[in-house]
Amino acid sequence: MTRLSGGLIDRSEHLNFTFDGKSYTGHRGDTLASALLANDVRLMGRSFKYHRPRGVVAAGSEEPNALVELRAGARQEPNTRATVAELYDGLVANSQNRVGSLERDFLAVNDLLSPFFAAGFYYKTFMWPKAFWEKLYEPMIRRAAGLGSLSMLPDPDSYDKGFLHCDLLVIGAGAAGLAAALTAARAGAKVILADEDFRLGGRLMAESHTLDDAAAMDWVASLEAEFASLPNLRVMRRTTVFGAFDHGIFGAVERVSDHLATPGTAVRQTLWRITAKRTVLAAGATERHIPFANNDRPGIMLAGAMRAYANRWAVSPAETVAIFTSGDDGHRTALDLAAKGVTIAGVIDTRADAKALGKYPLFAGAVVSDAKGRLGLERIAVTREGQTSWLDVGALGVAGGWNPNVHLASHHRGRPLWDDAAQAFLPEPGAVPGLTAAGAAAGQGTTAAALASGAAVAQAALAELGITASLPALPRAEDAPQRQAAFWHVPGKGRAWVDFQNDVTVKDINLAHLENMRPVEHLKRWTTLGMATDQGKTANVTALAVMAELTGKTIAQTGTTIFRPPYTGVALSTLGHGDTGTHFRPRRLTPTHEWAKAQGAVFVEVGQWMRAQYFPRKGEKTWRETVDREVLATRAGVGLCDVTTLGKVDVQGADAGEFLNRVYANAMASLKVGMVRYGLMLREDGFAYDDGTCARLAEDHYIVTTTTAQAGPVYRHMEFCRQCLWPELDVQLISTTDAWAQISVAGPNARKLLERVVDGFDLSNEAFPFMACSELTVCGGLRARLFRISFSGELAYEIAVPARYGNALMARMIEVGADLGATPYGTEALGVLRIEQGHAAGNELNGQTTAQMLGMGKMVSTKKDAIGAVMSRREGLLAETRVLVGLQPVDPTQPVTAGSHLFAQGAAQKTETDQGWITSACYSPHVGSMIGLGFLTGGAARMGEVITAANPLQNQQIALRVVPTHFVDPEGGRLRD
Amino acid sequence: MLIPHPLLGPRDAQEFTYLGDASLLNRPDGMAEGALDAFNRHVYLRDNPAGVHRELWFHEQGDRSWLVVTRNTLTHEILGAELARDVALAQKGGAK
Repeated sequence: MTRLSGGLIDRSEHLNFTFDGKSYTGHRGDTLASALLANDVRLMGRSFKYHRPRGVVAAGSEEPNALVELRAGARQEPNTRATVAELYDGLVANSQNRVGSLERDFLAVNDLLSPFFAAGFYYKTFMWPKAFWEKLYEPMIRRAAGLGSLSMLPDPDSYDKGFLHCDLLVIGAGAAGLAAALTAARAGAKVILADEDFRLGGRLMAESHTLDDAAAMDWVASLEAEFASLPNLRVMRRTTVFGAFDHGIFGAVERVSDHLATPGTAVRQTLWRITAKRTVLAAGATERHIPFANNDRPGIMLAGAMRAYANRWAVSPAETVAIFTSGDDGHRTALDLAAKGVTIAGVIDTRADAKALGKYPLFAGAVVSDAKGRLGLERIAVTREGQTSWLDVGALGVAGGWNPNVHLASHHRGRPLWDDAAQAFLPEPGAVPGLTAAGAAAGQGTTAAALASGAAVAQAALAELGITASLPALPRAEDAPQRQAAFWHVPGKGRAWVDFQNDVTVKDINLAHLENMRPVEHLKRWTTLGMATDQGKTANVTALAVMAELTGKTIAQTGTTIFRPPYTGVALSTLGHGDTGTHFRPRRLTPTHEWAKAQGAVFVEVGQWMRAQYFPRKGEKTWRETVDREVLATRAGVGLCDVTTLGKVDVQGADAGEFLNRVYANAMASLKVGMVRYGLMLREDGFAYDDGTCARLAEDHYIVTTTTAQAGPVYRHMEFCRQCLWPELDVQLISTTDAWAQISVAGPNARKLLERVVDGFDLSNEAFPFMACSELTVCGGLRARLFRISFSGELAYEIAVPARYGNALMARMIEVGADLGATPYGTEALGVLRIEQGHAAGNELNGQTTAQMLGMGKMVSTKKDAIGAVMSRREGLLAETRVLVGLQPVDPTQPVTAGSHLFAQGAAQKTETDQGWITSACYSPHVGSMIGLGFLTGGAARMGEVITAANPLQNQQIALRVVPTHFVDPEGGRLRD
Repeated sequence: MLIPHPLLGPRDAQEFTYLGDASLLNRPDGMAEGALDAFNRHVYLRDNPAGVHRELWFHEQGDRSWLVVTRNTLTHEILGAELARDVALAQKGGAK
């Protein structure tokens, strides 16, 4: 079929595209749907359940049928509505939900089986026998379910997010939205005008109306020129406001490059978070269908959509069409199409008193009762007073009245209100604070009413903000009364579709009624009404009306389900707005990262941190070989490890000691200046929370450390204690984790090495004993902090310098310590050293263990109140006998596996006989076998006993000897020398 | 959601970490008689009102203030926000 005259397409530009492999041509301004219609393609998809052949029904985002897989390769996007896919040169689309070709879909057999697939089919059929579910039903449903398919390739495009603020957000740029934006923008308010379409005008583009006796789009063009000159107005085309959230926050998707073949350097879509003081909902209205037998034939569409295709895109789905209407609106379609030379075979109006508005055959008091033409409409049955005759038509426009697009007004649980005069649901006023509907969304359907209501609503909204806006001079527009009869479906034998996409028919609603699934929520779930990708935009109200008829209630009494975000589907990529990989979780690099990288370190992710895991040397074949060397070198000479990632909190103030006394289970106020103490924190419920060290640099100045993993939560907890529990204490906190680079220097040569970098500081055991701390300078004046603490059982220190010097200090110490055997070690060796030393870490402090279990029960002071102290003395916790022990395989060649459960030798292995579990395990080059730490029932009294570690996952049954947790230097002489 | 920070004005809820019921401000005295019972209630028992709720939010991505936010759990309307420190001091002052 050739194009009609007029339209908002650029006929000078030819755009090539393919659908199901066939090549076609369209124009700039086309959508995929309009271009397909212009190429005589009426069959565009298959329905979900019965695989019925389907054509386009609507001209906007409410489209239930014409869903395609758009683009190819990694950019392939399923369930894209052809009605909103802007045509570009090279567009590739394929139909979906079919086996075989679109014309011959083998799953169309489902249509013949439809008596078995009625409402509630899934609930009734897949219930029994139970054993069939996993093996048969679920795989079968999964194969059949879903519409389009995913490419299974990573998304190659980038996405962005943005934040906007405004006085007035105007949703929709039709007559009402344009008038609202104009009113507000001229008053100087900060305005955002957003519309999902790629052109402004909304329904004005789809109608033949004039404004001030000129084409409506002339007025829109003059407005666009004025808008461009107003810096306080932001016009956002291709932007769908999809959700109304709390406190005036709206979510919107801007399709930045969806109209291009590829985004190039731009992002594909942007997720906007718009904070608006006031909002005008000018989202227009959606036309509803009138179900009759076989009303889903390709070529049967909404009459308003048919008019939009003719006026905006200059296409008609056929050369001869008919209109089926229950109001005046359907007649307009007949008039507009006739004016463009399309033959009107008839207007079938349900109203007996209907009058023709032009020259076309009128069937007043008649209905369309059937349709023929499986792959494309051929004939319709017109029934009047029991007499049926057939009309040959290629397309039928159906006009059942308009439903205001109330969706966003429901997003705060507001229930739309039924209005008898409008025969429609209207938004509940005030349901979303600050949001008011205008135009067709508020039931103001005529162009004149929409313009006036948009301006008035904007003026009132701004008045609430103290901004005075005067009403603009609005163009003269049509204002014909819109008469609409309440006519919901054509009774009859055949299947009459209500929800096209999910294949819900009037019969299904009938069945739901018979089976007592009458409340709207039950109706919805029993029939799957409105649960497809279109969320029932063209179906829900009609279904309610049918149910109301069946129950003998009014529609108002029947109620409605409410709408939830999103208004139209939003891609997960967009909701993720590009926060993938390191954008999702940024990497934190330690101060010595560059140095470690230069040494060829292998890195490991520890939370957000990248830490050196080990430093392989030439000739080392396995990571174990490297780690063993690092451990032995540390115990024989001196090892260096970046421990910056441990959390650091600087605590200052006259009451700093008292504050820490209350935060830690053990005493901290009594700590002498210049000394460090191990500290254990409990949660208020009495379980162990975190551990670290407290160093007192001055009477009123402590530095405490936390574990790497808990650095954030512990700091938050300490701020909670300071601000919420004990605000009367004179104490201040700040996290200094990133401010100081901290390096562990461990091993018998640690002191000798440090003597070579400190500026004349006395490191002798007398002057700086075990657990001492001090501020000092190193390397010729660099301020530093030194702590004599050990997590390896060796003579050890931790030295801290401002973060930016960490890299240089590490390099310097390795250099000057070469003859002392200075060796860098990573987190693996760090773990081995601490397990050999029996020191608890994250595996042991997992939130389910107590101080008593960790062997630190006596540390919980009874002389003071501290977080968790009271609850740690609960009867149940005190009765716990599981305690941390060392574990060593009887046969040194045998493995020790963390996670294994512990049992008495020979005992039956079940939950009741379980005696604990292994928390940490490693190969100890010092012991010469694998070793482990674990919690064991009555462990303190079981030294020397042989028990069994069971690991059913690997079929392991290992005999382990219970030993003290200190595998190295149990007397602790080394670290005190 | 927007939280009206008493010092910084309206801030996006994403900047905050939620803790829960503001009754956590009323920590019992651990050295008092019956402390175990008091702590049991303090740690485990919470009201779960459908309506106005006073709750603790931490401005973690901001100025690190703990706030007591009064929120209607049915509508998400926020009726006010105070520095938890001020609330705690007032409560302690009142107890004297």
